[in-house]
Amino acid sequence: VIGALVIVFREVLEAALVIGVVAAAVEGLPGRGRWVSAGIGLGVLGAAAVASGIGAISSFAHGTGQELFGAGVLCAAGLMLAWHNVWMAEHGREMTLRLKSLGSDVVAGRASAAMLSTVTALAVMREGSEIALFLYGIAASGVQNVQLLTGGLLGLACGAALGVVLFAGLSRIPLKRLFSISSAIILFIASGMLARAAEFLVQAGYLPAVVPRVWDSSAILSGNGIVGRSLGALVGYTPAPSLMQVLVWAGSFAVILLLMRAKRPSVAAEQLRASTP
Amino acid sequence: VKSTGASAARPAAEPLAATRTVSLSALVLALVAGWAVAAPPLTLVIKDQAFEPAQLTIPAGQVVKIMVRNEDALPAEFESSDFNREKVIPGRSTVPVFVGPLDPGTYGFFNDFHPQSKGKLIVVPASAPGKAKP
Repeated sequence: VIGALVIVFREVLEAALVIGVVAAAVEGLPGRGRWVSAGIGLGVLGAAAVASGIGAISSFAHGTGQELFGAGVLCAAGLMLAWHNVWMAEHGREMTLRLKSLGSDVVAGRASAAMLSTVTALAVMREGSEIALFLYGIAASGVQNVQLLTGGLLGLACGAALGVVLFAGLSRIPLKRLFSISSAIILFIASGMLARAAEFLVQAGYLPAVVPRVWDSSAILSGNGIVGRSLGALVGYTPAPSLMQVLVWAGSFAVILLLMRAKRPSVAAEQLRASTP
Repeated sequence: VKSTGASAARPAAEPLAATRTVSLSALVLALVAGWAVAAPPLTLVIKDQAFEPAQLTIPAGQVVKIMVRNEDALPAEFESSDFNREKVIPGRSTVPVFVGPLDPGTYGFFNDFHPQSKGKLIVVPASAPGKAKP
């Protein structure tokens, strides 16, 4: 039971952390719960489709389909988060003001809802397909499968609970600071996702590793434990990254940060806007 | 020149397109890193949720293709945080995993769906000429 619980928990963890942060970051979005639920629903359908088509995905592109798929999903989610951050840098202050008085405007709501649902669906699809394969394996193997299935479902519940706790914790942050804090976390998540997308392409041989292992911190922090996985989801931690992965991480971080800075309205522009109705 | 040698060394049974993709990516690796490329593929079998052989030996500084064949009905996930690989191996199927180039040493791998199943990858200094690392 415990084994299955831990395995499923670790997989759920990554998706749950990402969803927790993203849901908190779109504070004030009307029907937020609905958009998350829609994303989870789509993600579960996607995960089931991926799990059942894993044979076809695996043999695609001479056996590198899984890497291409993983890279594609991570890249899409990472870019979406990056775009959200840049957008928030431009409109965050104005949104904070409006949220306090009138509630968010329609455009902001639509953009955030699309981002929230898509990122949720992608995260659930990626991690969920592995859970589905694992649970399917248990279900197919007989004997002790009721116990193992129970463990798996408990793992699912624990992971989801952790995401909810993170969400609730972030939501307690006053609105003024919430957007800057969630932006900072999302900056790290997005850089990590893009770097791991690159690592998948390295694994399949589409990108050079340049240096296969820049460092190895697995003795200090294993990439497969609860802490390691959480850091994997939040900052893209892997214990022995390739130089390519490190470069893509740093490059993404720098580019997103620069775009955020560039889009942030200057104080003068801010005052001008405030004075014009 | 290096890539021609690598292609010639590949088994004839392999599809041409696959060979081209592998040689191309290996060539990119070789150009960027100056490493020798593409040793012949190895086979790793998963049977009764255990790796067979539990220990694989590959040469250092090369891209090695490991054909992971899962003979169980259960899906497995070949994973290593030591050399950064994770790949689902569906039940009763064979999936290639590209490993390396790595420095000499011992690296662990495991089945993430059955973490008790572990194996070791031993990387030994390559003896072929021209492999000398910078």
